[in-house]
Amino acid sequence: MPAFDKVLIANRGEIARRVIASCRRLSLKSVSIYSEADATLAHVGEADQAYPVGGPRAQDSYLRVDRLLSVAAESGAGAVHPGYGFLSENAAFAEAVGAAGLVFIGPDPQTIRDMGDKQRARDIASRAGVPVVPGSRRFELDELDGLEQAAETVGYPLLVKASAGGGGIGMRRVDRPEQLRELAVATQSMAAKAFGDGAVFLERFIAKARHVEMQVFGFGDGTAIHLYERDCSLQRRYQKVIEESPAPRLPARVRDRMAADAVSLCQATRYRGAGTVEFVVDAGTFEYYFLEMNTRIQVEHPVTEMLTGRDLVAMQIELARGSLSPIAQAAIEPTGHAIEARIYAENPAKKFMPSPGKLERFRLPSAEGLRVDAGYREGDTVTPFYDPMIAKVIAQAPTRDQARDKLAQALRAFEIEGIRNNRDFLVACLQDEVFAAGDVSTGFIDQRLDGLLASAA
Amino acid sequence: MAVVDVKTEITGNVWKIVAKLGDVVEEDATLLILESMKMEIPVSAPEAGTVKEILVAEGAVVSEGTVVVRLEV
Repeated sequence: MPAFDKVLIANRGEIARRVIASCRRLSLKSVSIYSEADATLAHVGEADQAYPVGGPRAQDSYLRVDRLLSVAAESGAGAVHPGYGFLSENAAFAEAVGAAGLVFIGPDPQTIRDMGDKQRARDIASRAGVPVVPGSRRFELDELDGLEQAAETVGYPLLVKASAGGGGIGMRRVDRPEQLRELAVATQSMAAKAFGDGAVFLERFIAKARHVEMQVFGFGDGTAIHLYERDCSLQRRYQKVIEESPAPRLPARVRDRMAADAVSLCQATRYRGAGTVEFVVDAGTFEYYFLEMNTRIQVEHPVTEMLTGRDLVAMQIELARGSLSPIAQAAIEPTGHAIEARIYAENPAKKFMPSPGKLERFRLPSAEGLRVDAGYREGDTVTPFYDPMIAKVIAQAPTRDQARDKLAQALRAFEIEGIRNNRDFLVACLQDEVFAAGDVSTGFIDQRLDGLLASAA
Repeated sequence: MAVVDVKTEITGNVWKIVAKLGDVVEEDATLLILESMKMEIPVSAPEAGTVKEILVAEGAVVSEGTVVVRLEV
């Protein structure tokens, strides 16, 4: 494996800063890229070198593979870290990086491709002995033979999902057989337009579900470890808002089985690097099913880092350099409880609509056992071109209640002015009695929205 | 005949203009779609009417409260 001493970070904002920090710890040089909209952001100045890559829209800058590769060549970088989002799960990009003689810090392109196709990922998980949600075969665009029978086998209520979708985009709920065909056709045409692939499949819908995921790390030789779970049930618009570990009220026997299954999947695929195996858990029965695998570092990785004291990004880089010493499962020791809240530039009172603008005031809280990862500084402008997340705040403490309190306190001390944001809404969630009791589910925010908004006001 | 200004509720880019000049639209009909922070947000007709003016082009950046369409109601 080629050694490298300089890493190009094909990303922006907080995750670019995060990767720069690990590069420093490993005495490696870092190269940032930036769009016209991001020229003054912190990740630009913090890297050893920085290159402009194009216009504000992602497709004109952060997604331009040709430009990124020429920056890599020009800067002398020997490896590319993709962060999350953008090109991080793009197999063609990973291949192009390899073809250019550079190291892609992530799994091999075929794994990315396999896991990126939700149906194929389910098949692979199923063969590895991991339970999958009852589902149907793929129905290509304009082909729905046997749809009704397939739906009966899966059972109602069910979801019609785009094969190429994800993150809640491209799915529709079907409660009754008479809605089925119409919604399936609508999902196919939407998927064809949005993803260039009109294939859909059916999947059982779980009424009260939790989202629990396993952080895994594969060594690329068929061995792998897990770094425990994260409960990410609190979501709005199918995007995570609060994440924590351990998952509250999850029986240890269930957690252990999920961990063993996640590791089996990594072993079966000879997985290389950091990854996340996502499960949907029935909140009543604790039955769990494989949802998908994310073949990259995750937004919420700091929860696991705070819990285990491990630097996941450094592990990724060291593995890619061939300098990572083997880590035994028993060496991964979780301590206490860690919990993260994502601060978004949005207006909770208006259906969480985005609220870009200038951060007139932006003062980060600081305390022991507290970590803040932010891509912006006071005076920066949050533009409409990218994700609305402006910061992550993570607290770690001996117990869940203490971690929850510490996080709420930190959020209250976080001074943000100039844009609307969900800071007070997050505090309301943390202090909600149902959340405090650990009775979390993916419907939590929708169901308790009015009360949460009232407490946040 | 009254004219109603249709304003944006958010800052974003004009992703797609759905309505055409002279279109007769129902209340809540989508006039154009904004894109902001990876989310598509429709701008709808506050009441039924006829599209008299479209004041933005696709790709334009609009701030919150910008008048984008004028409807004759």
